[in-house]
Amino acid sequence: MAVLLVAEHNNKALNGATAKALTAAKALGAPVHVLVAGAGVDAVAQKAAALEGVDKVLVADAPHLAAHLAEDLAALIVPLMANYDALVVVASTTGKNFAPRVAALLDVPQISEATAILSPTQFERPIYAGNAIQTVEVTAPKKVLTIRTTAFAAAPEGGSAAIEKIDAPAQSELAKFVSEDISQSARPDLTAAKVVVSGGRGLGSADNFKLIERIADKLGAAVGASRAAVDAGFIPGDFQVGQTGKVVAPELYIAVGISGAIQHLAGMKDSKVIVAINKDEEAPIFQVADYGLVGDLFQILPEIEAALDSRK
Amino acid sequence: MKIIVPVKRVVDYNVKIRVKPDGSGVDTINVKMSMNPFDEIAVEEAIRLKEAGHADEVIAVSIGPAKAQETLRTALAMGADRAILYKTDLPIEPLAVAKILKSAVEKEKPGLVILGKQAIDDDSNQTGQMLAALLNWPQATFAFKVSPQGETVEVVREVDGGLQTLALRLPAIVTVDLRINQPRYASLPNIMKAKKKPLEEIDAASLGIDIEPKVKVLKTAEPPTRKAGVKLKTAAELVDKLRTEAGVLQ
Repeated sequence: MAVLLVAEHNNKALNGATAKALTAAKALGAPVHVLVAGAGVDAVAQKAAALEGVDKVLVADAPHLAAHLAEDLAALIVPLMANYDALVVVASTTGKNFAPRVAALLDVPQISEATAILSPTQFERPIYAGNAIQTVEVTAPKKVLTIRTTAFAAAPEGGSAAIEKIDAPAQSELAKFVSEDISQSARPDLTAAKVVVSGGRGLGSADNFKLIERIADKLGAAVGASRAAVDAGFIPGDFQVGQTGKVVAPELYIAVGISGAIQHLAGMKDSKVIVAINKDEEAPIFQVADYGLVGDLFQILPEIEAALDSRK
Repeated sequence: MKIIVPVKRVVDYNVKIRVKPDGSGVDTINVKMSMNPFDEIAVEEAIRLKEAGHADEVIAVSIGPAKAQETLRTALAMGADRAILYKTDLPIEPLAVAKILKSAVEKEKPGLVILGKQAIDDDSNQTGQMLAALLNWPQATFAFKVSPQGETVEVVREVDGGLQTLALRLPAIVTVDLRINQPRYASLPNIMKAKKKPLEEIDAASLGIDIEPKVKVLKTAEPPTRKAGVKLKTAAELVDKLRTEAGVLQ
């Protein structure tokens, strides 16, 4: 049989996490079909069909699917699973919301945030905020997996899968979308950025986050934050990197004024190169940093800016 | 309406866990245990809804060994009215937890079940969604604000990139995120009072629900460790290293 991969998207564009989850789905060793569920998603379906290794794209296009509510997605996906051995979902706030609902309706366990596919039945996943890695085996007839996409390389483009329209069930009466407030930023998405510059409590104020933003803009980077900075009200919660925030693994992660609580490290320690800037030379962040600068960030950040400018 | 709040006993947030050298799991013997922090937030939210007149009873429910009574007493000391412990010594997976909670819901008929979004031991983030599925109730995960309004509850959720607001028909399932509230500390008089609040014990095996584990844990290992790197003297040196040695800057 085959694997059903649910595309992550915002109805306009396919999220890059989908290509990474595709790599995980392919590792299950069966043909992969991608489900694009949303409203006005033709462009998303085209992009999904162009990913190498996709056998077919299923498109469920209906106004009520625009908000990706768990009730509606589960009603769509559960009957489809009669034709599939496994459901693969990006571990985003959307995927984490609907996947367990599907698993329970199928009466099978879910493997959350898989970081390695060892075989069609064996997987690795982090527990205790990444302080231990479990190898688990699932023998249930259907597998439901959410994928920690930072652990997988993106599948390339180069495919030309067929696109098939499918019907969406009627809208659920249980839950209704009211509104959303999605921050608009010219900077790259935190989970997809090649460079992330994060600030912590050491920044001291919301205003001082401008220092972080200036460096980020010079590097084409996303801005992140520690929980302490979020709790102090310096920056909104969706910038939080860590066990309970976003998990990132960029090429370069720069932690500024972040001490490095294990919950923060859980969200960034798989970054390729880590830089730590902190006035406390005993801060745990230095134990995972490739390069460290001990000192006053208010002096160091402008110096970094100047050094970045010097060879441009 | 009644509110049910499931609470889980987990290794305390501040404990640095130790993976057993033989790969058989994480050492939990003689380790400080506490209520899962997200469940504390859920208890707090339920109590605040009761204090605001939206609920008349808050029932804390736990599933686990006899020691989970301590976790329930914590919830009672915070302000829950009574507690139910479904006793079992088996390791219980999220789907089995959801099935047991479903039977608690059928017994108590709450208008809301408020859960933590995930437990900090297995980091599964599944139970609330699974319970919603089994009951065919609406769900709102990662809640940032919960506002009951007659027959519905409006929930603001923390989603990637911002906030989303949903209206759920009651009864409903809500899982809470970090920023919805700051849980209170139980005062000494309330801790004393909690000892007298009702705590019912039910043998989980008596429910006739299949709660055997379905996922086999083959191995538990330490994550690969990163080596600490070098400390540099100047910002210019850092930028130079990033350009040349690390090759991550142009």
